[in-house]
Amino acid sequence: MVLNKIEALLEKYENGETTLAEEQALKQFFSEEDVPAHLEVYKSMFAYYKVSQEEVFTQKLPLESKRRFTFKWISVAAAVVLLFGFYWASSESSEDLGTYDDPELAYLEVTKSLAMISEKLNQGTSTIGYLEEVNKGTATISYLKELENATQIIFKEQKH
Amino acid sequence: MTQAEFLHIVTPFKDKVFRLAKRLLVSTEEAEDATQEVLIKLWKNKGKIQGYNNVEAFSMTMTKNYCYDKLKSKQAQNLKIVHSNYEDKQTGLQKQVELHDSMNWVEKIIEGLPEQQRLIIQLRDIEAYDFDEIGKMLDMKPTAIRVALSRARKTIREQLTNTHNYGIK
Repeated sequence: MVLNKIEALLEKYENGETTLAEEQALKQFFSEEDVPAHLEVYKSMFAYYKVSQEEVFTQKLPLESKRRFTFKWISVAAAVVLLFGFYWASSESSEDLGTYDDPELAYLEVTKSLAMISEKLNQGTSTIGYLEEVNKGTATISYLKELENATQIIFKEQKH
Repeated sequence: MTQAEFLHIVTPFKDKVFRLAKRLLVSTEEAEDATQEVLIKLWKNKGKIQGYNNVEAFSMTMTKNYCYDKLKSKQAQNLKIVHSNYEDKQTGLQKQVELHDSMNWVEKIIEGLPEQQRLIIQLRDIEAYDFDEIGKMLDMKPTAIRVALSRARKTIREQLTNTHNYGIK
């Protein structure tokens, strides 16, 4: 670009009258190697503007607020379910005592359970049947008594 | 609106928000905080985003206001000046060091400008917005922007010439 034109552009630039395209042309001109000595000042200025435009924001954005919100409420819901579950389970077992409103039904139920008890009891007594064998044993032992009687008679005879 | 949709809207200009915040607050950390703050505010009001005809301009205005508040508040009394790393692959090492040095000067000179001129230099000379857009962001008339911009450009050039001539650097 002709030097005159650059100088004219610079004056316009300082008056704030250049267009964006003209400013771009100036930036381009001053980013090249051979800038005349009397315009050296502008070189660092435009270089600085160019470099400044490249700085970027590298931090991460903490936008998770919405997700954290749902997680919190899920844990609250879980706690409520657990508490209610425990309450429900404990009240269930204490309330049901096996009572009946209908007396006939209650009678039937009682006979059924009593029949069961007697059946189990009979099972127990059947094992007691072995005791009879013991009785038989003792009955045979009574024969020994007879024998003793006989020997006693014999001893009596000897004493005399 | 999902996160992905929101990021799709925000990504093209989030760096511009960051750079604008850094221009005003100087410190990189402060600027990062400001950018997060602005974008999270936008996320929380995501229901209204479709209502704004220009989300980018709206965000830049929000950033400007947020940074002004920050600067006014006591917290901002001891802001740090943090230098960024400049890269220039075109010139040789010696030149590069010189250029780096004078670019630091440019940054310092801009820091010395009034807040409004800093904003306008940032939006026009760095982000290359047109005057109508800048007018919307800063709630200013184009002629007023032109005047402020001209003043800022002249100050920068004068001060840079001084440092060159007197070899202060």
